[in-house]
Amino acid sequence: MRYGANHAPERGTMIWNETKECMSRDEMTALQSARLVKQVNHVYHNVEFYRKKMQEVGLEPGDIRGLEDIEKLPFTTKADLRDNYPFGLFAVPKSEIVRIHASSGTTGKATVVGYTRRDLDTWAESVARCITMAGLGRDDTIQVAYGYGLFTGGLGAHYGAECVGATVVPQSTGNTKKLVTMMVDFGVTGIMCTPSYLLHIAEVVKEMGVESQIKLKSAICGAEPWTEKMRLQIEEQLHISAHDIYGLSETMGPGVACDCQYHKGLHIWEDYYLPEIVDKDTFKHVADGETGELVLTNLQKEGMPLIRYRTKDLTSITHEKCECGRTSARISRFKGRTDDMLIIRGVNVFPSQIETALLEAGGVTPQYQIIVDRVNNLDTLEVLVEMEESSFSDEVKEIEALNKRVAHAIQQMIGLAVKVKLVAPKTLERSMGKAVRVIDNRKFD
Amino acid sequence: MAEGFVRQLTVFIENRVGTLEEVAKVLKENEINIYSISLADTSEYGLLRMIVSDPDKGSSILKGSGFSARTTDVVAVRLENKVGTLASLFGTLSEAGIGIEYMYAMATSTVGAMILKTSDGAKAVEVLKTAGFGLLDEAGMFDLK
Repeated sequence: MRYGANHAPERGTMIWNETKECMSRDEMTALQSARLVKQVNHVYHNVEFYRKKMQEVGLEPGDIRGLEDIEKLPFTTKADLRDNYPFGLFAVPKSEIVRIHASSGTTGKATVVGYTRRDLDTWAESVARCITMAGLGRDDTIQVAYGYGLFTGGLGAHYGAECVGATVVPQSTGNTKKLVTMMVDFGVTGIMCTPSYLLHIAEVVKEMGVESQIKLKSAICGAEPWTEKMRLQIEEQLHISAHDIYGLSETMGPGVACDCQYHKGLHIWEDYYLPEIVDKDTFKHVADGETGELVLTNLQKEGMPLIRYRTKDLTSITHEKCECGRTSARISRFKGRTDDMLIIRGVNVFPSQIETALLEAGGVTPQYQIIVDRVNNLDTLEVLVEMEESSFSDEVKEIEALNKRVAHAIQQMIGLAVKVKLVAPKTLERSMGKAVRVIDNRKFD
Repeated sequence: MAEGFVRQLTVFIENRVGTLEEVAKVLKENEINIYSISLADTSEYGLLRMIVSDPDKGSSILKGSGFSARTTDVVAVRLENKVGTLASLFGTLSEAGIGIEYMYAMATSTVGAMILKTSDGAKAVEVLKTAGFGLLDEAGMFDLK
């Protein structure tokens, strides 16, 4: 059975964990309070970083008696994760850690996350709720077309799909024609990948002329910002229902939140990830509906729980009950970020990484401009780089070699193919003494 | 600069409308004459190679105007206006195992020449002289006006 934007689902809403997803606000607050108290005790006694940070502001675990005390706790940032590289924030003995994931950091140092066996179950349950929300279950065949590896996308989606009992095809990314062939041959009904990759897949489906042979009914996409318009475009092109999944590796991976068939915000799994929306300047809580930075606290995670982690993602929250029947709070589609991190083809890129690569490559100045665009639904990355005067040559092959060397250095640093364009020294635009480092021409509104 | 060479002015040209005009304008405003010009282009940028009346001055004023510019020693070989001259020039170089990196022609009312950048400049000067080719020097360039 297929359904899309114009074909409302006829079946009833499928819910993976009705107890938690439809809990009354009173019960949820009580559960969150109990878990928060327990978690604060856990990190205070097992992680030196948290103990010191709490002591610095004169806090003891006993001062946190419930949700009402959350604002007393200090924030945790990505810099804290880097400073405690690799295992400084682990809250259990190493023998309890069964999995490690990592994402690239701004200075080449990775952000490391450790999971206990129960954490992997919690994660799988988080994703299972999202998959169920998208109308998929044990009778479905799901292709996971995120990259498998240190990136949390592939394995996170994989375990969630296995958790609901679906038949999982661990496709990963790469050969799109092969993916489409298997989609047809295996009767794939669900897919999990980045939205830009899914649009690319839709094009390949068309090129191969197999539109009438695919049985896809639902897609769960995330790991990069996308617009409601793009979501509708995906639904229309593939005649499916497309859902937005949110997550970040620091707090677990994909599956923190997802939107249901009504697409009115993303249901966040509050029993695992306690959401706060804070003003981006004062860091005080803002009212429901107002935009601020999303701050998450891991209520159930054991291996490396984060307390009041500043995600840098801007959103708003509502606690109103959804038409789907779930009572969980919903966060709006993301409205941007508070820092300069770019998400390109699902990969986190910091402008400072480009700078580091340029210094390593040599022959160019550390002046650069990043131009991000989306061409045929795939993100493109172009970097304008100033040549050093001494590396300017009268021979084309010398300049081409420099160009290649710089492109290679950037690619090694960020893991993405890049187009490098050399420009003459002192030509890059500067405003107020500070260069305009990033031009993002992608439209997310 | 070694004997037998002339200095070429090379300028980095970004691939956008108006860049060439800017270069020509800067040279004009500083009374620098262009005797010969060639543009090597790629999809992203171009290299403008020129023989001019004052390469050092040209290089410094272009740099001052925000361009990447430099001078390079190249060989300017006088060519007679008759059949077979180029074949003989290339034959002389290839017999000596010298490769040509790039080249372009220069022609005025009084003289025709080929501007050459080779894999081995000093050797090229030597074999060309031995073979009886006339090489222009910068002093001679000024007579071209």
